[in-house]
Amino acid sequence: MSIAREEVAHLARLSRLALGEEELDHLAGQLDQIISAVARVQEVAADGIPATSHAVPLVNVYRDDVVVPCLGAEKALAQAPAVDQQRFRVPRILAED
Amino acid sequence: MADLAATLVPFDEVVSRYDPLIGLETHIELGTVTKMFCGCPTRFGAEPNTQVCPVCLGLPGSLPVASRAAIEYTIRIGLALHCSIAESCRFARKNYFYPDMPKNYQISQYDEPLCTDGWLDIALDGPQPGGGVEHPRRFRVEIERVHLEEDTGKSQHVGGSTGRIHGADYSLVDYNRAGIPLVEVVTKPVPGTGPLAPQVARAYVTELRDLVRALGVSDVRMEEGSLRCDVNTSLAAKGSEEWGTRTETKNVNSLRSVERAVRYEIERQAAVLDAGGRVVQETRHLQEDTGITTAGRSKEEAQDYRYFPEPDLVPVAPPRDWVEQIRAALPELPSARRSRLLREWGLSDLDMAALRNAGALDLVAETVAAGATPADARKWWLGELSRRANDRDLDLADLPITPAQVAAVAGLVASGTLNDGLARQVIDGVLAGEGTPEEVVAARGLAVVSDDGALAVAVGEAIAANPEVAQKIRDGKVAAAGALVGAVMKATRGQADATRVRQLILEHLSQS
Amino acid sequence: MDSELTGMTAAALAAAIAAGEVSAAEVTEAHLARIGAVDAQVHAFLHVAGDAARAAARAVDEQRAAGEVLGPLAGVPLALKDVFTTEDMPTTCGSRILEGWQPPYDATITRRLREAGMVILGKANMDEFAMGSSTENSAFGPSRNPWDLSRVPGGSSGGSAAAVAGFEAPLGIGTDTGGSIRQPAAVCGIVGVKPTYGGSSRYGLVSFASSLDTPGPLARTVLDAALLHEAFSGHDPCDSTSVDAPVPPVVAAARQADVSGLRVGVVPELGGEGYQPGVMARFGEAVELLESLGAKIVDVSCPHFSYALPAYYLIAPSEASSNLARFDGMRYGLRVGDDGTRSAEEVMALTRAQGFGAEVKRRIMLGTYALSSGYYDAYYGKAQQVRTLIIRDFEAAFEQVDVLVSPTTPTTAFPIGERADDPIAMYLADLCTIPSDLAGNAALTVPCGLAPEDGLPVGLQIMAPVLADDRVYRVGAAVEAVLADRRGHALLDEARGLDEARGIDNG
Repeated sequence: MSIAREEVAHLARLSRLALGEEELDHLAGQLDQIISAVARVQEVAADGIPATSHAVPLVNVYRDDVVVPCLGAEKALAQAPAVDQQRFRVPRILAED
Repeated sequence: MADLAATLVPFDEVVSRYDPLIGLETHIELGTVTKMFCGCPTRFGAEPNTQVCPVCLGLPGSLPVASRAAIEYTIRIGLALHCSIAESCRFARKNYFYPDMPKNYQISQYDEPLCTDGWLDIALDGPQPGGGVEHPRRFRVEIERVHLEEDTGKSQHVGGSTGRIHGADYSLVDYNRAGIPLVEVVTKPVPGTGPLAPQVARAYVTELRDLVRALGVSDVRMEEGSLRCDVNTSLAAKGSEEWGTRTETKNVNSLRSVERAVRYEIERQAAVLDAGGRVVQETRHLQEDTGITTAGRSKEEAQDYRYFPEPDLVPVAPPRDWVEQIRAALPELPSARRSRLLREWGLSDLDMAALRNAGALDLVAETVAAGATPADARKWWLGELSRRANDRDLDLADLPITPAQVAAVAGLVASGTLNDGLARQVIDGVLAGEGTPEEVVAARGLAVVSDDGALAVAVGEAIAANPEVAQKIRDGKVAAAGALVGAVMKATRGQADATRVRQLILEHLSQS
Repeated sequence: MDSELTGMTAAALAAAIAAGEVSAAEVTEAHLARIGAVDAQVHAFLHVAGDAARAAARAVDEQRAAGEVLGPLAGVPLALKDVFTTEDMPTTCGSRILEGWQPPYDATITRRLREAGMVILGKANMDEFAMGSSTENSAFGPSRNPWDLSRVPGGSSGGSAAAVAGFEAPLGIGTDTGGSIRQPAAVCGIVGVKPTYGGSSRYGLVSFASSLDTPGPLARTVLDAALLHEAFSGHDPCDSTSVDAPVPPVVAAARQADVSGLRVGVVPELGGEGYQPGVMARFGEAVELLESLGAKIVDVSCPHFSYALPAYYLIAPSEASSNLARFDGMRYGLRVGDDGTRSAEEVMALTRAQGFGAEVKRRIMLGTYALSSGYYDAYYGKAQQVRTLIIRDFEAAFEQVDVLVSPTTPTTAFPIGERADDPIAMYLADLCTIPSDLAGNAALTVPCGLAPEDGLPVGLQIMAPVLADDRVYRVGAAVEAVLADRRGHALLDEARGLDEARGIDNG
């Protein structure tokens, strides 16, 4: 087994996914198989091989410090589930930043 | 959670048995016109959610594009702190969920910061505590890194009793601040401060603030949030080889609070250790009003941010000639400026310290630049104006009088148009908003009376009114002239040149 | 006649509109009618924008009447994968979490298509957040293959492919991250292209895997795909990963269609066991065809290609786990469980659990795992190193040959439901397409026949170096021309899946 059910439950919490018990069981089994399969990358000897994060190497892409028109509060809030005093209203936050 | 003060060990006792270790992480909001990754303006105080776009709102499909200006400003800060500037570095995603972060990750830098390995020298002014033991007055704070990231939005917590998170019913989020460029300056741990740890922390933040302000890259106002500080504190028993567990006190909002936070943590941690306990590695919050710190989220299980290189951005590889251009254009840094002024004004270290402590250095320098002598400039700012500022509970810089105006007043005294007493009245007038010094002089008729004819009348009247005194003077008791001078000054409402009045009195009486 | 119009290529339609033989309005109306007739069965579209399309078509007609010079595809309609933001249409990405979301801005691709005078008929169905190879992961039901409605049209751009194969639109726009344009195009018997990564713009393309996502064209001919490619490609300053280089001359290459003297490499790692025999048979014939046209064929081993699939299924979910974190019910989209007692954390978790489908959840958790401290080096870090080795395999290969070829996907269209709960079996559909996503180079699929066992389309994949997109069009067009000639009719004429016939003689 490459990953235990508890660890999958932990991953779900980290990812903010409130999975039901049956769902968790099912996904845990599948994740176990998938992780075994992808672990194959470890077979490749890659000492000294640099990682690639971009296939086409670009550097130094910038923009000028010039104002561009904003969306406007109306458009910004138009699709919000809850709005109050021109701000996004969200449920009480438990954690501190 | 109750805000109970913990048990404390008195500071002096702590530092006789423990060595404190401090570290500081300072966030500086850059003063660029636009945000880090989009063209929204950064102006403070706009209506909520009016300075947002798909990018800084993190809308699906939006992409960041890095601001060249923000990178330049960061390099400026790095160079002023004697850092090495990376040949190539990348942005990274710091992943965590929080409603003031629209993407639920923050674009920051992780293992490839833009600037590394610098230092900032600080000097402590004034008498040193811990009497009897020699402590160095100067410290070199080593800088681990300076990196660039984006700021978060702002939440207002509604419904709880104190406006804080605990017990709030809901929160309102404004994303105007989201995406503003933020520079993070991280020090290496600063050992060897001993009993000076709290002052060293404060002096470091002060010096850093002044440096950044001189660079013109941020207005670094702690009260507006463009300069924010997290302070790390730990204790090690004297003679121990290992450092203790540190706590992080977050969002310390004033220079005074920096000092208090360190001091409090030292006292609190000592009590924990003395009782045989273990200092918990945690985030703490300073209560500004009481000066105590309280526990926040526990850091026993450090948050895993799952950093990885930001795939929506490409590496930042500042060409060396650009870096050298930035270096060449650096303005005179505060420490260099202080040394120069020290020499130019011929001041002692103590005099200079007094100026800095009063927050008067820049004001005096500008007053000198406007034509006053250093001595006059210092006299007015540290004397009369400091008193006025204290009376009104203001910082010197916030008094409604400019250095140029102060120089003008000093000039009027030097030319004999005003004496010190009149000059004080002119300053009152300027502070009251009556206009420039010249306008106040004219409007209030405050110029020294220099017309001998008018003075002679006043002298004659004073002599006539005080015949006994006059006789003493005729008899040779010249010192008695002081009383007559006083009478003339009173009669002229202080608008006479006392020296000239005395001359006239003596001439008059020796003539008679 | 309507069915005449819907049976025409984009190039022919554009020419007819430009010549005044038919109006853009008529063309749009004909396609809307076709959608009305067949989409209940095909389910290619999540949203049909009838009024907006008619208005756009009308505008083209007015401009043409006023004598304005219009772009080469003005008036031609298309299906736009529902992963691109559109200000006047909903954008769901095939997910409940964005059901009904109407973006406040157009993607750059959307804007460029509009500016080219093209008519967006609607938003095409897709696997949720582009994760899948069958469109069965769409929260709104799968699309169906016009060749056989009980089979998948491939994915994740299955809706775009089905629309084009079903003659609901002459053109489609999709995105390719692991094969999501090429694989559906192959199993639907049409042309699909993954341009060089960065060749256009991802601004407004809802990210799945940022370093892999590539917008691309789907069409019934190679020339049509080339015309569309040029219409939307080019550097975008709003996308830092967009390449600032001229668009390769793909239309000219499609017209040139000449392969004599070309060196063609066959990759042994992309074939053999696990590949449907009929697919290998048609592939082999395509290679022989190329040889008969004057190409020189060699075997070129790319040893790390067999690690491409696991590397991809680490890199893509890792980036996705971060990209999809923003969907939390706080600012837009679905919000679940906010009854006044729950915390933001709980509401986020409930929203995401209900709003995301199973595959998305799998990949988010897999990505979270691969990026976790303690696992990063062994998984994500290692996968990015494997990526470097794959890039080097390509570089070495392209020193020996001008293009590489392989089957596009190991099997023909599989039945709906067959792999739905078998993620690993589903992932195998991407075996041949993934290497080019990891390396970022251009790749095209062109139909090369029907598999004898099931009569379903097989695709030939052609791969070229980074920024050499024109090469894949040149080769694809050459193969297409010969096969069309031999066949004597369009391949799609043999598609019998839809009830309503196209209405013209198949002779």
